[in-house]
Formats: sequence, structure tokens, C-alpha cells
Amino acid sequence: MIRTNVLSAMRALFPEAPEAPPVVEAPPPVPEQDAAAAKKAEKSAKPAPRVNGVVERDYAVHGYHIDTQVAPEQLLEAVNILDQQQFFLETITGVDWIADQQLEAIYDFSHFGFEPCRVVIRTRVPRDNPQLPTISGIYAGANWHERETHEFFGIVFEGHPYLVPLLLPEDADFHPLLKDFKA
Amino acid sequence: MSEPIHLLPDETFVLNVGPQHPATHGVLRIKMRMHGEYVAEAETVLGYIHRMHEKMGELKTYPQFLMNLSRMDYLGALAYCHGHVLVVEKASGIQVPERAEYIRVITVELNRIASHLFGVGSFVMDLGGFSPLMYMLQDREYILDMLEAVTGARLTYCYYRFGGLYNDIDDTFIARARAFIPRCRESLKKYHRLITENIIFRKRLEGNVYLSSEMCRKYGATGGVARASGINFDVRKNEPYSVYPEFNFEVPVFTEGDSMARYKVKMAEIEQSLRIIEQGLDKLPDGPIMPEKAPKIIKPPAGDYYQAVETSKGSFGIRLVSDGSKNPYRLKLRSPSYSNVSLFDEACVGSMIMDAMAFFGSLDLVVPEIDR
Repeated sequence: MIRTNVLSAMRALFPEAPEAPPVVEAPPPVPEQDAAAAKKAEKSAKPAPRVNGVVERDYAVHGYHIDTQVAPEQLLEAVNILDQQQFFLETITGVDWIADQQLEAIYDFSHFGFEPCRVVIRTRVPRDNPQLPTISGIYAGANWHERETHEFFGIVFEGHPYLVPLLLPEDADFHPLLKDFKA
Repeated sequence: MSEPIHLLPDETFVLNVGPQHPATHGVLRIKMRMHGEYVAEAETVLGYIHRMHEKMGELKTYPQFLMNLSRMDYLGALAYCHGHVLVVEKASGIQVPERAEYIRVITVELNRIASHLFGVGSFVMDLGGFSPLMYMLQDREYILDMLEAVTGARLTYCYYRFGGLYNDIDDTFIARARAFIPRCRESLKKYHRLITENIIFRKRLEGNVYLSSEMCRKYGATGGVARASGINFDVRKNEPYSVYPEFNFEVPVFTEGDSMARYKVKMAEIEQSLRIIEQGLDKLPDGPIMPEKAPKIIKPPAGDYYQAVETSKGSFGIRLVSDGSKNPYRLKLRSPSYSNVSLFDEACVGSMIMDAMAFFGSLDLVVPEIDR
């Protein structure tokens, strides 16, 4: 029940998007390229950046049900939907997609009910100007998760009340989880 | 619970607790602005034992990272190792023999009891009662000896492998585990007489720092902290993994939301873990402990994967982002105590300093797990 509620609310965020197929497991089709470039693309690591939208995932394979990719401006709206459905924030994961020159923030949500429903909200920002709105106004627990993501990746959470390093030393000016970080 | 603050003179001072302080159970610092005896503001300062396990996860291959998991929560490490092997097995589609999964559950639950015993014991010690810890260490020692015999380590286990286990359990282990169950039930009665019914202990903790269920949700608190505030959430029940659906056990939930309830949840969970171990030993199937064709090199297909497990502290999650190579592209460790302690700053405001420290003890923190 809660799964369908969230799914329809999330789909409403993308009015122009066509109805997504129920489960998309195959990677997006790679356009015809010469063999070397294809091999290089394969090596450089990543499921190609997908368009914003909602995808239902196979829980047995991925461990979560609903995968939503939003634009940074839609983030607060999407998080509000989950807050209204009594979800709690598990964690925020940053990922450095250096090949695309992008940083990704992945928000993991779950809830306390007995129908397993894990929702992922992900959003991408350019690597040279990573800015996202803070969700610590909605989820107080996001405060620390955002501080951690800020110090490890350099993502700036606008509106955050206290964006100083948490786990790293207070004068740390490096972002160790970036792929081009050299100790 | 406490006198209103506005009756006190309007003058504050800053009190520094830690980073080397016995009540913080490791290196963790709390900056408190005090209004006389009352906490007006608190800021938890972390990072004194930060080792960047997540970067190590990216630099090491999957099998090389196995031993890192037990360096986080060193009291209940097996549950963390369980989460790690489960997510990699899920991602690479490795089938685990049933016997291995049963042994994993039995050892995780034994480890959970050991963790709870030490957690409760040191919590009571924070409050000034030294002897319960000594009794509890006896039982914990029994478990650690048992686990040491099969895993080869007392705390920093590296027992699980992708696909199964490193070592099968033998008859000695089963006999000792069977003997442990009545022994622990006996000692639980002793602990209840010694601690739970102790009037000093109860007066100290009943009503000590109330946490509402809404606050637990906003901060993502899980485990015993959430279950003491009336949230019926245990990953083993709400989102079953491994062979837990085949076991008959209950999730103790208390609604008081105070430190006494957080203590009671732990004690009640020990009994439930004993039930799981008992059933596990009865049902333990024969068979191999590793699949016949366990891959030598682990290369999960590109994509991202999440696995949550219930540890002795709460819901531990691993998010694995794979690019199809033999190293994880990103390995995020969601440690439960990190979320549980994040509500301390807000919750302790207005309580007296010793109440705040009693509350801090009731959260059952292990600092290396918060800092990672």
C-alpha cells in the first residue's frame, strides 16, 4: 500500500515523463560507437547517467524498491513526500562520477512499518559547482549526514546551519572521497 | 524531571566532556554550555578515531575488506560482517548453503548477547554500580571463548566468506552453546534481581530523558533506542533477511521512551536471542558450508545495492556502488550509532549533567563505529 502511494506521489513530480515500465533492469542502450570508444566507456565505469524519473527496482537484486532521480530543485519536494508518509532517513551517500564530471548524492529512506519499502532519492550536481539544498529542516538527522557528505565530497548544502567538518579535523580543506584525491 | 531553567541565574559556562573521559566509552567529546547544573546547549564532537573505512573500501578488493567490518563495532562485530557478505552475495548472485546461513545466525545472536551484556554492564557502571559488569563479563567471556574456538578471534572476527564460512562449527561448539542457554537464563534472573528491581537504579532512570517516537524518526534512530520509544522496528522482522523468517521470536517494544526502557529493551532482547540460538541449534541442517562453485574473484555487475541488517545497536546499512571491477566504486557504511547519537544534542537540553550522562550511557555507543 505504502509502496503504491509513494510511487504515485513520486511519479507526479515528473508530469511530462511517460509512464515508466515496471522494472527496468537492462542498462540503457549504448549508441553505436567504434569498438575502442565502447571499450573505454565500459572501462570508465558507470551506468550511463539516466534521465530524471522514477524506476521500480527488483528488491531481491538491489535491496530497495523505488529509485527516484530528481533535479536538485525538486529535492525538497521529493523529501517532503516521504516525510508525509512517515519515512525516516537512513543515510546520505555521495558518489564521485569523475568520468561524467558530476557528483551524486543518494538519499536512502526506509520506514518503520511492516511492508518493506525502501526509497532512494538521487540527484546529480556538476563537479565544479556542487550545490544542493539542505534537507536538515525536514529531517533533523540529515544535519550530520550532510556535514559528512560536505567534508568527504565538497558538496555544499545551502541553508545548512553548521556546515563544518564532523569526522575530519576542523581545519581540513581536502575532500578525501573524491576520486582524484591524493593523500 | 528537572527544575525549570528560568529560575537559575542567567549565567552560563562551557563544560568540556572528553575526549578522554570514562563516560564517553572511547574518544568522543561533548561541548556543553551549562546553566548551573543544567545543560543549556550541547555539541557532540566526533572524529577522534576516524579511520576512513569507506576509502579503504574503495582501495581494497572485496575479500580484502572483510576484516574492516569487525573494526567498527568491536563488541558486536559479526552482525556487521553479516551485512557486508550479504550485500556482496546479493550483488554477485552467490548462493549460500543453508547450513552456513544457520551458523551465521547462531553466531550473530551469540555475539549480540555478548554485546548487550557488555553494553548493559558498562551502562550500569557509568551509574556507579560496578559489580553487575563483573558478573556480565563472566557470561560474555563464555561466549567469546566459544566464538574464538570457531572463528579464531575474540572480537575482530573475519569469519564469514562470500558464499559461506571460513570454518564449520564442531560438536564441542554445539554442546557449549546448548549449555550456555540455561546458564544465561539463570544469570538473567540474577541480573533482574540485581539491577532491574534495584530501587536506586530505577529512581535514577525512570523518566530520564524522554525520547518521542517522532524524534527517533526525524533523526533516523533505530535499534533499542527506537524500540524503547514505542517504535516496533527490527530489521530482522520488518525486512527479513537471511534465514530469520524461519525463527520464532518476538521484538520487545517499550513505550516509556526513557533510559529505563532503553535498558529493558536490551535485557529482553537477550532472552529473544537465546530463543533464536536454541531453535537454530535444533534446526541446524547438515551440508556444506561453502558453495561448490564459489567465485575466486568477486566482480559484482555494475549498479548499486543496499542491504540492512539488525545489529546490537540498530539498523546497519551498506550501500554498495559497483562499476563491475574488482574494487567497489563506493562503499557507504551506515552505522546505527551515528544516527542514534545525533539526537543527543537536542534531547539532553534542559536535563541535569548527570542525567545527561546517564542518557548518554543508555544509548549504548561504541565510538569506532560512529567515527568509522
